[in-house]
Amino acid sequence: MSVSVPIDDPSKRVTLVEGGHDFKSVSDTVCRPVETKAPKWWMISFGIAVSLLLLILSMLGKLVWSGVGVWGLNNPVMWGWDLVGFVFWVGIGHAGTLISAILFLFRQKWRTSINRFAEAMTVFAVICAGTYIAFHVGRVWVAYYLFPIPNSMAIWPNFRSPLMWDVFAVSTYFTISLLFWFVGLIPDLATIRDRATTKTRKIWYGIFAMGWRGANRHWMNYERAYLILAALSTPLVLSVHSIVSFDFAVSQLPGWHTTIFPPYFVAGAIFSGFAMVVTLMVLARELFGMKDFMTMHHLETMNKIILATGTMVGYAYGMEFFMAWFSGNQYESYAFLNRAFGPYSWAYWTMISCNVIFPQLFWFKKIRRSIPIMFIISIIVNIGMWFERFVITVTSLHRDFLPSSWFYYSPTYVEICQFIGSFGLFLTFFLLFLKYLPIIAISEVKGVMPAANPHYHGEEH
Amino acid sequence: MQNDEQVSNYVFPKWVNKLPMVILTGTALVLSFVIFVFWYWFSPKHLDVGYSPKQPIPYSHKLHVSELGLDCRYCHTQVENSSHSNIPSTDTCMNCHTQIKTKSPHIMKLKESYISNKPMQWVKVHKLPDHVYFNHSRHINAGVSCYSCHGRVDQMEVVHQVQPLSMSWCLECHRAPENHLRPKEFVTKLDWKADNQAEIGRQIKEAYKIHPGEDCNTCHR
Repeated sequence: MSVSVPIDDPSKRVTLVEGGHDFKSVSDTVCRPVETKAPKWWMISFGIAVSLLLLILSMLGKLVWSGVGVWGLNNPVMWGWDLVGFVFWVGIGHAGTLISAILFLFRQKWRTSINRFAEAMTVFAVICAGTYIAFHVGRVWVAYYLFPIPNSMAIWPNFRSPLMWDVFAVSTYFTISLLFWFVGLIPDLATIRDRATTKTRKIWYGIFAMGWRGANRHWMNYERAYLILAALSTPLVLSVHSIVSFDFAVSQLPGWHTTIFPPYFVAGAIFSGFAMVVTLMVLARELFGMKDFMTMHHLETMNKIILATGTMVGYAYGMEFFMAWFSGNQYESYAFLNRAFGPYSWAYWTMISCNVIFPQLFWFKKIRRSIPIMFIISIIVNIGMWFERFVITVTSLHRDFLPSSWFYYSPTYVEICQFIGSFGLFLTFFLLFLKYLPIIAISEVKGVMPAANPHYHGEEH
Repeated sequence: MQNDEQVSNYVFPKWVNKLPMVILTGTALVLSFVIFVFWYWFSPKHLDVGYSPKQPIPYSHKLHVSELGLDCRYCHTQVENSSHSNIPSTDTCMNCHTQIKTKSPHIMKLKESYISNKPMQWVKVHKLPDHVYFNHSRHINAGVSCYSCHGRVDQMEVVHQVQPLSMSWCLECHRAPENHLRPKEFVTKLDWKADNQAEIGRQIKEAYKIHPGEDCNTCHR
């Protein structure tokens, strides 16, 4: 019997930085996009991203001008693409904190070359989610009612409502993610500042490097701050999407009112977040020539996580059906039969094939290490996860308790364009990040290289 | 990058070191000021209290109530029976003013309205938002005096707003009505004062079975 695919030797650590880099070449490679003119592909994609950004702005303008009636929502389907879009983007945002916080606390050193990237993605994804939260309230100019601000009407938000908890969960998540990202950036911003050859760059990166000199005391404070932020955001990885799931689970609707929702949502969020990281990373490492840092090993590890979380999500889909039957509750059973065989069954089966079937291909090492296949699967996973949120939100709502109000919801062009435009918002930020910030944590990557070992003498022992 | 000219490492002047403190203090001050602006200048207490529009005739409540002794209900006849407390029609005024001060230019206006059958254009002083359902009779019959909301109208030359009429102000009384209740017979006696409001208020609350609602639909129907 011959083994065609080599098995990793578990007694040896995989090299995290390939290509025989030393400290200087790491800085040179990572800083190159910042220090050189934007390549052509960047200019073209930025142009597309900004046009899509204008699309979402005009759609939001129309929404504010005319009211939420421009969406296809109607009783009883009061949540449609708005909530689907919100949960989709918040979910994508979960990979960043998982990589930066949980993998940091578990000393998973392979995180160092992808954490900056994933954190940036998190921050921008939560911004996209925030636009849905802010604008789906309809009268966005009174959106501050979401927060408990003392006022002459003595009105407070309902603290017993999960929608209220959601406001706190998402805003906390955004704040912590942003801080985490920024704190990690400071030493690298200082590197760019020190290498800067133009005065403008020196000033701008100087401002955000906040006087970092790389002194011992600076590093001590930095490491402590980083550890505290990691500890703070670790529970957030689990809590934020749990609370997002409460938006559904705390209501009494069949199909929503389930205790499985929090872990099911968290697994789904990590699933979609990692898929998004893979999609973006496959492109970025190619276009910026950073394959030495974002190695095949990184991609394979992430594909394993996609496989694991995808299987958890698949288990949850099965368990929902089991519980619908096992509970003996006819409304619950109807909700799930209707999901699979009712008017929205096309969405349900899209979801199942995208989320349950395709990721299972990652059991094969060859597929885990194939760039084109993983790129396609990562996109399929995000399509599937979008459909998951659509199936959950719409199928439970469209069959009301009162059959006379049953309804088939379809989005209007405003909802569709707004969702397409939200990618413009995301990509505009992300392309700016790719061009103007170090996309790999330079100082951290240097720390996991063999040269960082005090006993290193230039060769393996 | 080697051939580019070297930029000095010291592009920031020394005072920049103080900037973080300045920015932090500045932000704190600006934030407190913004909060103060909203809390003070934007509150109904500041915006609405003291509103005293010019009326077509400078009708003096002080003269008619304090000096001549009219009861509120002589003119505002519906206040006990209806949700709306009516502004008297010209006919009510003409009960006396067909005889009294008929030559005064103000009363001439009144007479003109009476003859032409066109009502006086009094300006409304106490305004509630459109989505508030307020019932005068409900309050009057529960022992809430005119005074509680309108103040000492009997001493006003020109009516002005005394209370903020904000929602939190309404709720203050709905949550502790005993601070404002009085026996029904004294409801329109604006100068009446209880010797022991807490005790009397509690007794009346019990006697009239007063349980003011605090749900949204108590006032917003």
